[in-house]
Amino acid sequence: MDLASAKNLGAGLAVIALAGVGVGIGNIFAALVSSVARNPAARDRVFGLAILGFALTEAVALYALVIAFIILFV
Amino acid sequence: MAAQGGGIDALSQFKLEPALGSYGASVDFTNANLMMVLAGLLTLALLWLGMRPRAMVPGRLQSAAEMAYNTVMGMCVETIGPEGRGFFPFIFTLFFFILFGNLIGVWPYFFTFTSHIAITLALAAFVMLLTTAVALRLHGLKFFSYFVPEGVPKLLLPLLVPIEVLSYVSRLISLSVRLFANMMAGHVMLEVFGAFIVMLGGAGLIFWAPAAFSLAVNVALIGFEFLVAVLQAYVFAILTCIYLHDAVHLH
Repeated sequence: MDLASAKNLGAGLAVIALAGVGVGIGNIFAALVSSVARNPAARDRVFGLAILGFALTEAVALYALVIAFIILFV
Repeated sequence: MAAQGGGIDALSQFKLEPALGSYGASVDFTNANLMMVLAGLLTLALLWLGMRPRAMVPGRLQSAAEMAYNTVMGMCVETIGPEGRGFFPFIFTLFFFILFGNLIGVWPYFFTFTSHIAITLALAAFVMLLTTAVALRLHGLKFFSYFVPEGVPKLLLPLLVPIEVLSYVSRLISLSVRLFANMMAGHVMLEVFGAFIVMLGGAGLIFWAPAAFSLAVNVALIGFEFLVAVLQAYVFAILTCIYLHDAVHLH
């Protein structure tokens, strides 16, 4: 296997992390929907927390993406 | 620049270049520095121009300035506690510097200085030094009890203390890489889809439909970038608040 194809495969492998991030973001918003359904009055407070959790989880996806970019471009 | 020589050159948009002609080049004043100055000036302009009328019934700009003040103040006091008022100027500066940096970057032909790890790492390092200094000043050597979790068996401590220290230090990495990666990934994505438009549009009539689709994706991405720009500035500021809360209250 030459270097270019190994790089492409490595970049593909690096973004497998997105599977976990997908599960995580799904969890966060599922919890948001159920908590707002149980207590609609808490919507404003819970929404801020959900967005914070979303941003923290999304960051993991971006770490994987950065690694893929480093493999491909740098 | 997008589709030269067949490949997609996604990273050249982050290249630092001297700004302001030969005078800027002689003092290494780059386009990133220029955008930082611009972000600072925009923050000052929002507050100065916004608060100049001092009207009882605020106009549009004045309510924007007042809302900005109230939001950041609420964030400080709710997260850090009553001591948060003292940290308000710092959090406000940090939030608006990053927010305007991110928002300037979405504008075409402008440079995103938050997409450089050197700059976000410097910001994160400043936050970490500040939180550690605040904790040391308020608690003295008791600060180091922060790394010893309460209510765990003594036998586990040799395992847990290094983990706590590591998680404290890795805040530096996570704080800086989060902002940098978000901004860089968003702009690379814009560049890649922009290159698709050029490549597909130039390839013939059949490819105009996918080119139009890429254009639609790019329009949606610009909206998403605005969301990310505000969200990441908010996340950086609120995480700084959380770290300061830990520094002020230890646990």
